[in-house]
Amino acid sequence: MSSHEDTYEPKGRVSKWMDERLPIARMMHGQFVDFPTPRNLNYLWTFGGILTFCLVVQIASGIVLAMHYIPAESMAFDSVQHIKRDVNYGWLIQPLHAVGASMFFIAVYIHIFRGLYYGSYKEPREVLWILGVLIFLVMMATGFLGYTLPWGQMSFWGVTVITNLFSSLDEVIPGLGTAVVTWLWGGYSVSGATLTRFFSLHYLLPFVLCGLVALHIWALHVAGQNNPTGLDIKTKSDSLPMSPYAVSKDLFALSVFIMLFAWFVFFAPDYLGHADNYIPANALVTPAHIVPEWYFLPFYAILRAIPSKLGGVIAMFGAIAVLAFVPWLDTSRVRSARYRPYFKWFFWLFAFTCLALGYLGSLPAEGIYVMWARIFTAYYFAFFLLVMPFLSLWETPTQMPGSISEAVLGKGSK
Amino acid sequence: MIKSRSIAVSVLAFAALTGGYSASFAAGGGGDGHGVKIERQEWSFSGPSGKYDSQQLQRGFGVYKEVCAACHGLSRIAFRNLAQPGGPAFNVEQVKALAATYEVPDEPDDEGEVKPRPARLADRFPPLFANEKAARAAQNGALPPDLSIIAKARGVAYSGTWYQHPIAMLKDIATAYQEGGADYIYALMTGYKDAPASMKMSEGMNYNTVYPGHQIAMAAPLSDGLDLYNDGTPETADNYARDVAAFLSWTSDPTLNERKSLGWMVMIFLLITSVLLYISKRRIWASAKH
Repeated sequence: MSSHEDTYEPKGRVSKWMDERLPIARMMHGQFVDFPTPRNLNYLWTFGGILTFCLVVQIASGIVLAMHYIPAESMAFDSVQHIKRDVNYGWLIQPLHAVGASMFFIAVYIHIFRGLYYGSYKEPREVLWILGVLIFLVMMATGFLGYTLPWGQMSFWGVTVITNLFSSLDEVIPGLGTAVVTWLWGGYSVSGATLTRFFSLHYLLPFVLCGLVALHIWALHVAGQNNPTGLDIKTKSDSLPMSPYAVSKDLFALSVFIMLFAWFVFFAPDYLGHADNYIPANALVTPAHIVPEWYFLPFYAILRAIPSKLGGVIAMFGAIAVLAFVPWLDTSRVRSARYRPYFKWFFWLFAFTCLALGYLGSLPAEGIYVMWARIFTAYYFAFFLLVMPFLSLWETPTQMPGSISEAVLGKGSK
Repeated sequence: MIKSRSIAVSVLAFAALTGGYSASFAAGGGGDGHGVKIERQEWSFSGPSGKYDSQQLQRGFGVYKEVCAACHGLSRIAFRNLAQPGGPAFNVEQVKALAATYEVPDEPDDEGEVKPRPARLADRFPPLFANEKAARAAQNGALPPDLSIIAKARGVAYSGTWYQHPIAMLKDIATAYQEGGADYIYALMTGYKDAPASMKMSEGMNYNTVYPGHQIAMAAPLSDGLDLYNDGTPETADNYARDVAAFLSWTSDPTLNERKSLGWMVMIFLLITSVLLYISKRRIWASAKH
């Protein structure tokens, strides 16, 4: 962990006794009180704390839900209705978990885009960034598995479509895809066997997430936080102790975020879901449009933009995998887009592209929509594979402040 | 300062937009009127402060019981629910008497025989048909869906232009629009018209402007003057449609009143907390230039 002043002073006999045996309080104090944070962090840096909060909410509400939920083909749908109607405060706990998943993804997307804008993936934060990509991947898996559990029409058909993607592996090794799909399903179609194993894995993965998050925070506390200037902390005046400065900012941002969260939970709990998922799963009736949850839509659009099934699957997983290589794809010596006059525009175009792909993912794959999905998919990959490696060859960064302190004082005059 | 404000604005816009995606498909599938604009209605329970009107729910239950219940079940509703606050709130004696008019299978007796007994408050509405095949056989092959959560299982698809869609999403989030199911049911109930000459109708099907494909097995169930009310409300098909849509919204979401009441307390609590946290953050940072 990065070295900084240790102001921990155990008070009382118990703390002293403990400090000599397992100095966990000293470690926490060092990492979350004394820890130096750049003094110029803006509110985009509050999403790490918000995401931790989201994970805790999901686990806590999920454990209670699992006490009442029944992962059986004939009872899953009814048990969710039972929770919402008859379990004490079930009407609150169930939407807390369902809306919570969406809130988790809103926060993680803002967190990722912040990292991309300010170059938080650059040396020495490559491992930190890759751990983040892994967290994102496991989050997506957890979200997907969880959406199966209500066993409504969209659960059932979403699982059918997405698990079927693996059958495209038959094009690589004949029989491989079919074998993988049968293994995922626990049979020859999506059934109760699929539901029980997805429930089991849905309960497992959040604990994997906890482990990855611990590593992510560890790596963060070794390299230290990036900041809007992208400059390293050089002198003591560049930073402030995490508590109370960053903590007070984090708490305010968290409180505002919880207001947004509560708005959905209490006043629009179904807004982020799909009406079809209130129809019990029926293998004989296919919904008119099968769409995944909103947070998968950009990737769903990429999947459908590619004319070949295997190609689509590769593109969809590639769209996530490419993130892991960003630390080496971006050749710029300057971290923050604030000092990159052209990269800035390419970045905002990329952000717009992701929103556009999400929108297209919600529409049927036909006519003009397919063409637009292809154009945006092309730019999605071009951003990583062309803009990031080559833009810096002719882009001249603008004048940067000499240090974080200088940036703050320059702006301080207002 | 300006910089951080513009960041905050873009964060909010991004959050709202990503959160808003679902509006474009939230109403798909099940029963959205493709290509038909479904008008949004005024409901007592719409928006963040809306609550059910128990008088309307009582009338709506009357419509369900006399008209819909001929074919449609209500399997997730227990008789006791009808007496609970935040719903039709009938008095308990009334509901007990109502329940007793239904028969449910009793526990097996000492000989192992299952005999019927009158329903009690804790029982749910008994199914109308033994199974799906029996239901279809009785309805000319069509399956009348259970109405317990029908209002949540239906919605209204967005029908405007793509560039106005993000604004529409933000507006729906800000106004907490959740009444797509009620709007759809009302539109379906009042959507029966004579089929246009160009349309070839299948045997036994009825033309409905709202139903996907416009051919629905259910004949127009409502007409003026069915004598379903006893509180002086005009006996019109329009009122019946409105009241039954409200009643079915309640069956789909029976805890709405409680949820919104607690919601306001939570929002006010969070607002005060946020203000206090902001003030303390300002004071903490006052000594540090940033």
